[in-house]
Amino acid sequence: MPNPREIRRRVRSVKNMAQITRAMEMVAASKMRRAQDRVTSGRPYSERLREVLGDLASLQLDSEQLQEFPLLAQREVKKTALILITPDRGLAGALNSNILRRTVQYIRNESVDGRPQVIAVGKKGRDFAARTNQDLVAEFIRLGDRPGLNDIRPIAQIAIQEFLDGNVDAVHILYTQFVSTLSQTPVVLQLLPIERPEGSSDKAQDYIFEPNEKEVLNQLLPRYVEINLYQAVLENIASFYSAQMVAMRNATDNAKELSDDLSLAMNKARQAQITNEVAEIAAGANAFRT
Amino acid sequence: MAKLTVEIITGESIVYSKENVDLVEAPGADGSLGILPGHAKLVSLLASGEMKIRSEGNEEYFAVFGGFIEVMDNKVIILADSAERAGEIDLERVSQARDSAEAALRDRDEVVDIAEAETALRQAAIRERIGQRRRGSGS
Repeated sequence: MPNPREIRRRVRSVKNMAQITRAMEMVAASKMRRAQDRVTSGRPYSERLREVLGDLASLQLDSEQLQEFPLLAQREVKKTALILITPDRGLAGALNSNILRRTVQYIRNESVDGRPQVIAVGKKGRDFAARTNQDLVAEFIRLGDRPGLNDIRPIAQIAIQEFLDGNVDAVHILYTQFVSTLSQTPVVLQLLPIERPEGSSDKAQDYIFEPNEKEVLNQLLPRYVEINLYQAVLENIASFYSAQMVAMRNATDNAKELSDDLSLAMNKARQAQITNEVAEIAAGANAFRT
Repeated sequence: MAKLTVEIITGESIVYSKENVDLVEAPGADGSLGILPGHAKLVSLLASGEMKIRSEGNEEYFAVFGGFIEVMDNKVIILADSAERAGEIDLERVSQARDSAEAALRDRDEVVDIAEAETALRQAAIRERIGQRRRGSGS
């Protein structure tokens, strides 16, 4: 028979836990809201930039001109790099295992030689790469909850440099796309070479460029890479807090259920004890009477 | 008469969005750009400087720092690295920033990145000018 006092101790510790997970849920909820706002307010810029690029997409570039814009140059892919964007922390349900499962899948099936260069953004991805002995070329951890474009620029620079030096023929990013509070999916996107968006045809022919076409594109293309990366990092943060909030809410609910069950068991045990004592006393009294 | 639709967007947010605009003056890389309705298609780099938007008789000023401007079919899209509305410029903080940048340049401390300090100084000067203009015009 379980001791009521022991059960009471367990009830207390479960309730404490529920308090902590409840607090974490609230913190994650407020951070989530802000992170979601940032994702949505960052979207117009990347969409517009994509549009501008799309408008320019119909520019007739012959192979000689293409040489001037190496970020657009498609070549046979023999080696790839993966920018792995993950949260720094756990306690977010299945989020991290989902993204790492996707990573394994990428390494096996999409990286051509099974050994991509890995640029880890976020601690979980870094730890994964170190644990599984990947070719980790750079790591960026603790970017915080609201990174600016300036924090992202070095990451983009490394990727662009590796691509331009010919060390890799394509650069992909893997991050958790924020779909909604309840749903986040890991996705892989190609960052380099830049795939030119479909544009409204032959519009670009009569564009005026200042100072000139080359200068404009040479500024625009790296910016496009940066902004795509930035957006991915923002999505990752929003996904993380959403997943954490949901996970913590589940944990709080479970703790409540457990504490209810334990309270019931405790009361039963207490009643059983009292019944026992009463029975003993009655038996004792009976013994005197006869 | 046709009017312009203007959007100023930075990586972090939409700073400004307006229809019925008559005139946009922006700091192009090759000198100031004046854009009226019916302007030819244009893609230009932006320098750092002052941007003016006139609509319905009102003039609004912005400080922009680098980026792009696209004009197409009476739509003006400004993708700025950074942009601030004149009314939102905090002159006190700007003059602090200017002082510290000047001090850094004067002392030529070895730790200071000269190029960075010069950029900071230039940006402070632009902000100051635009912030003051707003007061001068009394709006």
